[in-house]
Amino acid sequence: MLISVKNVNYVYGSGTAYETQALKDINLEIDQGEFIGIIGHTGSGKSTLIQHLNGLMKATSGTIFFDGKDIYEKGYSMKQLRSKVGLVFQYPEHQLFETDIFRDVCFGPKNLGLPKEEVERRAKDALREVGIDEKLFDQSPFDLSGGQKRRVAIAGVLAMEPQVLILDEPTAGLDPKGRNEILEQISMLHREKKITVILVSHSMEDVAKYVDRIIVMNQGELMYNDAPREVFRHYKELEKVGLAAPQVTYIMNRLKEKCLAVNTDATTIEEAKEEILKALKQRSIHLPGNR
Amino acid sequence: MIRDITLGQYYPIDSVIHRLDPRVKLVSTLIFVISLFMFKNFSGYIAATLFLFGIIKLSKVPFRYMVKGLKAVLILLMITVVFNLFLTPGKPIFEFWIVTITDEGLKTAGFMAIRLTYLIIGSSIMTLTTTPNNLTDGLEDLMRPLSKVRVPVHEIAMMMSIALRFIPILLEETDKIMKAQIARGADFESGNIVQKAKSLVPLLVPLFVSAFRRANDLAMAMEARCYRGGEGRTKMKPLIYQANDYRAYALNAAYLIAVIVIQRL
Ligand SMILES: Nc1ncnc2c1ncn2[C@@H]1O[C@H](COP(=O)(O)OP(=O)(O)OP(=O)(O)O)[C@@H](O)[C@H]1O
Ligand SMILES: [Mg+2]
Repeated sequence: MLISVKNVNYVYGSGTAYETQALKDINLEIDQGEFIGIIGHTGSGKSTLIQHLNGLMKATSGTIFFDGKDIYEKGYSMKQLRSKVGLVFQYPEHQLFETDIFRDVCFGPKNLGLPKEEVERRAKDALREVGIDEKLFDQSPFDLSGGQKRRVAIAGVLAMEPQVLILDEPTAGLDPKGRNEILEQISMLHREKKITVILVSHSMEDVAKYVDRIIVMNQGELMYNDAPREVFRHYKELEKVGLAAPQVTYIMNRLKEKCLAVNTDATTIEEAKEEILKALKQRSIHLPGNR
Repeated sequence: MIRDITLGQYYPIDSVIHRLDPRVKLVSTLIFVISLFMFKNFSGYIAATLFLFGIIKLSKVPFRYMVKGLKAVLILLMITVVFNLFLTPGKPIFEFWIVTITDEGLKTAGFMAIRLTYLIIGSSIMTLTTTPNNLTDGLEDLMRPLSKVRVPVHEIAMMMSIALRFIPILLEETDKIMKAQIARGADFESGNIVQKAKSLVPLLVPLFVSAFRRANDLAMAMEARCYRGGEGRTKMKPLIYQANDYRAYALNAAYLIAVIVIQRL
């Protein structure tokens, strides 16, 4: 077990008029190498939860274990934890500050106290991984397009070579092409470097395509924590909390209701296509008189 | 972390004081502050205390919120008290080595402490019970006569309300950027002064960039809605005095008269 969250509660502004309980008794386990999606309505506590995982926020009660060690124990090095659990915030391009891209990406590994060559190697690798051309390295980060800025910012965290990469809505505000490119690159990192990825998102479609497991948050509580197909079975309940299953799930369910004996577990368009073709084929076998 | 600063923040509940016209609250605060500096003897303070605690009770804001504002000026308060205590000439009542405390000094220091404390609490009541927007509306209205002598009253009020509106936004932004940089291994706490100043660069640059971006967006949005200054501009919620506001003015007058009378005794 890489990360294990035990009975974590978090209250914002406790003792004031603005008191809100953002996390309610969260229990969660995350294994090495998993690709996890966290989904929830606005204000459901997703951002709050992920900031606990690298120690930026301290739980009001409960504990978190990383690699078997209690991170709230006295003497536990938060700095080391943060180098192992990389967190990319929502709109990460707002944190860029250096005069050129390359230096900005070097900031993270430099803070780890690595030698200069190692810092530069990591920065180069990270920028390559997110698809930033070497020609752009000495440009000001403020002269880039929105999508490019986003990649540079993600590279800034990747350059620390974390074991776990957490991304808070990395595709917010991007066009469909930019969105797909970033998600593909993240998915590739997961496959090739075997890093554990936690992806916070609003889009069920995105999540369904890439992740092994979905965590659904609702008003600070963990509502579902299961494989995508299992979670999407509850599409009616998801609707009640302001979410929706991927469109494919709806189509498959309607088909099944109306006429066609399809398996409704398909979560992506490709799977759905296979399922429908299979069901159609079976039907033509059973009804030999059909055209 | 940074959000915990509450000095001058609005406390959102419903009370008689919250519902008062902001102009009344501004004038009352001014009267109260002036009265604090009129007192020369102890009985005046009894009147001020009664008045102040009456208002606190009516405002329904928890007392610890008022005191929170005091923490920020505690040092100033202590310095004032110490200076007054030791450096006021008069009849010595306590002498030790080079330290002399006089009768006069004790009295001045005590009065000074009470004055400053009441001053802070009095003005916190105003900011705790009035939204920043209301406050600037009130100010604009009270300062209107000054526009006759070419003081840009509307512009000043608009700048104030924008500035006030931006404080929490910028604080939140600071918090966010700080966290993002800490996640990249930044260290804002340790090191000597030079290192600390240097470590602020990754915080300040994005903060300025974002402040300019927001200012730009705001200017754009205002222009898109045809904002063109205060000339002939009407208000969605014009300030109109209610019965309670006149009662509050009357109460203020009564308080002022009481204070003057007590001083004469
Ligand atoms: N700094 C803060 N101070 C007080 N309350 C906060 C703060 N940040 C978040 N909250 C509250 O905590 C709850 C959870 O917020 P959080 O940011 O974790 O939601 P989220 O799921 O990330 O939402 P979104 O999808 O909009 O990013 C919300 O009710 C929010 O109002
Ligand atoms: Mg969020």
